[in-house]
Amino acid sequence: MATQQSRSAARLMMAPAVVLLLGWMLVPLTMTLYFSFKKYLPLRGGDLGWVGFDNYVRFVTSSSFWPSVMTTLIIVGGVLVITVIFGILLAILLNQPMWGQGVVRILVIAPFFVMPTVSALVWKNMFMDPNFGLLAHLWEFFGATPVEWLSQASLTSIVMIVSWQWLPFATLILLTAIQSLDSEQLEAAEMDGAPATKRFAYITLPHLGRAVTVVILIQTIFLLSIFAEIFVTTGGAFGTKTLTYLIFQRVLESQNVGLGSAGGVYAIILANIVAIFLMRIVGKNLDA
Amino acid sequence: MARAVTRQRKMINTAAAWAVGLLIFFPILWTILTSFKPEAQAIADPPIFLGFDWTLENYSVVMERSNYGRFLWNSIVIAGGSTLLGILIAVPAAWSMAFVPSKRTKDILLWMLSTKMLPAVGVLYPIYLLFIQFGILDSKIGLVIVLMLINLPIIVWMLYTYFREIPGEILEAARMDGATLKEEVLYVLTPMAIPGIASTVLLNVILAWNEAFWTLNLTAAKAAPLTAFIASYSSPEGLFYAKLSAASTMAIAPILILGWFSQKQLVSGLTFGAVK
Repeated sequence: MATQQSRSAARLMMAPAVVLLLGWMLVPLTMTLYFSFKKYLPLRGGDLGWVGFDNYVRFVTSSSFWPSVMTTLIIVGGVLVITVIFGILLAILLNQPMWGQGVVRILVIAPFFVMPTVSALVWKNMFMDPNFGLLAHLWEFFGATPVEWLSQASLTSIVMIVSWQWLPFATLILLTAIQSLDSEQLEAAEMDGAPATKRFAYITLPHLGRAVTVVILIQTIFLLSIFAEIFVTTGGAFGTKTLTYLIFQRVLESQNVGLGSAGGVYAIILANIVAIFLMRIVGKNLDA
Repeated sequence: MARAVTRQRKMINTAAAWAVGLLIFFPILWTILTSFKPEAQAIADPPIFLGFDWTLENYSVVMERSNYGRFLWNSIVIAGGSTLLGILIAVPAAWSMAFVPSKRTKDILLWMLSTKMLPAVGVLYPIYLLFIQFGILDSKIGLVIVLMLINLPIIVWMLYTYFREIPGEILEAARMDGATLKEEVLYVLTPMAIPGIASTVLLNVILAWNEAFWTLNLTAAKAAPLTAFIASYSSPEGLFYAKLSAASTMAIAPILILGWFSQKQLVSGLTFGAVK
């Protein structure tokens, strides 16, 4: 049983991690809040005083705000739909008996380990380039005019690149979940004459529910803040400016710190709404 | 009883799975192949898959021209340093939460997780400003600190899940036999915890190696790691596919290999134990 002494020793051992994370959370957050109420232009006069909620109003009324929200939603939503649907299909496929399962698994997971700047640049140049890209050759082979992916179909391109990066994550987690499914249940259903589609809809899919939720929540948190994929492909042009990218431009490119900070506060609130749901699921699991 | 699977069905599964697997892996394979091509053949129309004049020239050009070694060294120091520092801070915390849990342990764990959810862009300027104030902008030590902090919640979580699986009875038995706290930690706990710590290290090196928000925004010439090195290829001049491929292959190869070893830990690590 834990004694009083071991309990205070435990508190001491936890202290560095707790203090550091508390500082990491509170200090920048306070500063962001502080700046968000100021007119602050480091390169053009510096601190120009308090402006109340001006920045918050200006951020949402600027002409680039709603387009950036739409772009964010399309990218996050598109990638989620693609990775979850194909993730489920791939997980089912990989769970079948076959030769060389281990090797196939490795092939499928590999994109997750490729750094974002590499995958973005490889896709941009070697696949999506309208003159030399492989996709252009493929289009020409079928007699079609090559697409200028990153300007004509910029959002589709970004969704493709990011989906390629995150499909392995979804597949791996869903595969782990499928493997924990009791196969006797499926066999019993098969013996009772349930067709494959029904077995999938009534047994496999409900079993995957929790894993799918976890995939959606974790990916959403990461996808809301994708940056490198846009930074090295379009630089925010052609309608690919997400909320994250807009804030980055306000803060570092145009050095309007007050406005960018107000945007940052919005981003933090948005991420926290998603986070609350994720924490509930994780928290429930801790009790079990 | 395992269901009898017909040979034919197994063959169809195998063919389908391999086709999909190779399709997903293809961009990486294509990058590796292109890195061995002469530039002119890298953009050949129609594309050449294997029958090109294999060469190592691109690798030597990239190494000479761009001081690749320094970027690589920066990546190693930043990824390795932040992970090591994180482990040093997280092991005691995770140990005490796993073996001396209190009513608040769960709340602390969830709160730590919540700091991970803070969008980086929301605190970009404050961190930028603090870095200037402390004179650590474009320095390795600055990135080691930031990456350690953003990964600390994951490190604590992973270690906590591993430590919790170590049966407490063993520790009590050791204590009964007269082991001191130091002996208990050194001879009983450490050997049992090493596999867990190793996989935590592995996953966090990968995450830190690939991190591409802070590494791009807080570095310039001096401390830039491989993520920034590759990003510099986004405004190319002349023929560069083969060189881009060589640079990319060198940047991802170490992590691909490490990653293949860590795929089992990946799931529980990245879902904070919500999927096992």
